[in-house]
Amino acid sequence: MSTIGTTPTPLATVEEGIPNSAARRRGARTRRIRGSRPGFWTYAILGAVFLSAAFPLYWSFVIGSGDSTTLRKPFPWIPGGNFFENAASVITNPAVNFWPALWNSIYSSFLIAAAVVITSTLAGWAFAKLRFHGGPALLVFVVATMAVPQQLGVVPLYILFSDLGWTGQIGAIIIPALTSAFGVFWMTQYLRQAVPDELIEAARVDGASMIRTFWTVGMTAARPAAAMLFLFTFVGAWNNFFWPFIVLDRQNPTLPVALSLLQSNYFVDYSVVLAGVILATIPLLLLFIFAGKQLVSGIMAGAVKG
Amino acid sequence: MTTTQPRPTTRAPRPDDGIRQPRVISFSQKLSKWDLRFSPYLYISPFFIMFAIVGLFPIAYTAVISFMDWDLIRNEGEFIGFDQYIWILSQPHFWTALRNTFSIFLLSSVPQLVLAIFIAAVLDRNIRAKTFWRMAVLVPYVVAPIAVGLIFNAMFADQSGFINGILQSIGIGAIPWHVEPFWSHVAIATMVNYRWMGYNTLILLAAMQAVNRDFYEAATVDGAGPIRQFFSITLPSLKPTLIFVIITATIGGLQIFDEPRVFDQAGRGGSAQQWLTITLYLYDVGWGQWNFGRAAAMAWILFIIILLIGLLNLIITRTLVRDEGLRRELSKRQQREQAKQARRALKETQA
Repeated sequence: MSTIGTTPTPLATVEEGIPNSAARRRGARTRRIRGSRPGFWTYAILGAVFLSAAFPLYWSFVIGSGDSTTLRKPFPWIPGGNFFENAASVITNPAVNFWPALWNSIYSSFLIAAAVVITSTLAGWAFAKLRFHGGPALLVFVVATMAVPQQLGVVPLYILFSDLGWTGQIGAIIIPALTSAFGVFWMTQYLRQAVPDELIEAARVDGASMIRTFWTVGMTAARPAAAMLFLFTFVGAWNNFFWPFIVLDRQNPTLPVALSLLQSNYFVDYSVVLAGVILATIPLLLLFIFAGKQLVSGIMAGAVKG
Repeated sequence: MTTTQPRPTTRAPRPDDGIRQPRVISFSQKLSKWDLRFSPYLYISPFFIMFAIVGLFPIAYTAVISFMDWDLIRNEGEFIGFDQYIWILSQPHFWTALRNTFSIFLLSSVPQLVLAIFIAAVLDRNIRAKTFWRMAVLVPYVVAPIAVGLIFNAMFADQSGFINGILQSIGIGAIPWHVEPFWSHVAIATMVNYRWMGYNTLILLAAMQAVNRDFYEAATVDGAGPIRQFFSITLPSLKPTLIFVIITATIGGLQIFDEPRVFDQAGRGGSAQQWLTITLYLYDVGWGQWNFGRAAAMAWILFIIILLIGLLNLIITRTLVRDEGLRRELSKRQQREQAKQARRALKETQA
């Protein structure tokens, strides 16, 4: 490898010393001049970050697979053999309602994410590509609503849903989450740069109606951003606690609400609690393994434009 | 617009060319005009209708309820003016909660952002297996805050916890995480840092990658070392992203509820309100004591605090982080100065 960066002088020769392959040259173009391949400490730091991210999960699996005395041992490092037993006592615990909670979490998060993607793509398309009276001002309004804390709405929403007799129903957490200001903003940003205006004009000249233009041009172009928005919204809905905790009753919880109930007994067996944590985290970890790349690139892409 | 002319034959054939019928001109034109004019409003309407129902109406209604003594059984309120606000501001618990919220917020956001910038700078180097490291950093983001709370609550247990075990074995001694207010804030802040650091790291990394690499080249020529480059180029270029990250951290941090809620079994902020936060207190007033008027007033107080802190953050970030990296651009004052001179010159030439 070249030694550029350690000495300040040889500026003009970024490509020098790099084997003559196309892939290498591509790498050289994006690299910063002081950064040839970084050394041991870079990877040591990254390794430490990774360990500190993974360790709490591993540790809770160690405790969750032990018995009630494991936590009292000074340093439990090796998983025990009791995970399935502990998991079974979470699942069969009548106070937790594990299967209904899992099902509620899955379908409410899915419905919310799907609805947010559809409404946000529609609105984002209008804001990004259609000219209409009051459009820019309305977009500013949408962005401004992101600063409103959740707490500001919970009292009237609770009163509203209890009037409707919806408290305790999963609909009470789905309905308020069907749209998202962040989603609209995200889609607007994406579609603005992803679709050239000429493409829309061409579709219009060919006689496509507005909705058909949206469907064929907009939806097709929006697909990557829509996938990311779906993931974000899904994770957010899955992990949401405050509002479900208020409005759902204990018989019909979502997973985070059910988890919080695990600890509310007088006597807490942490091996059972943490087995429950692992059980409830596995679905999202699986999702992350399959779609984590998308999520990462989504965060990266969103931030550049934000 | 719609056309009835025969299409130019140079256009590539489309699959539906055969079935397209000539249309009645006037009607289809009218339809197309309506389509063009009203479609945008139709497309944005789902968001605005839903926002009116589940966003705007609750905000306004919260304000109304906050001036009322709400009766749960009749489900209506009696107007009592500012009494609920006065009641809240006269509660010692409220001030404890405010102090706790700020303490946890500072303990979580400041180290989190410093670490996030640092890790982002490491990730910004030309490392191998980029995607793997980025994903690794993001793992905690998908773990539910409640789950994070339960895990760390067990790790921070006073008697038998893992952290105290380590502290004792290296001779520091156990720390009363669930007794001392400060240490409980540190423990809760650790949960927040754990969950959000990777997310903020990636956002900052994205901003770093957008920095023009020529700047670094020029700085290297000028003999600036990596640290100097970081403070003179990277940090100033991050300013807009930093403002965004700080504002989001503020909005989220001041609303903290999940982690302190599961920090002990009772979930009421500790025996002496050591880690009672504003939202925890709001929940207790609203759904523990069932006083909606007071909970609504508290929600508005929280909102005002968030707005004020957000504004303050904006001002501080703007003054602290200057645009040193973009020297070609002039400051507002220099621009004004130049404009003035240009005007003067123009006047002189005209005169």
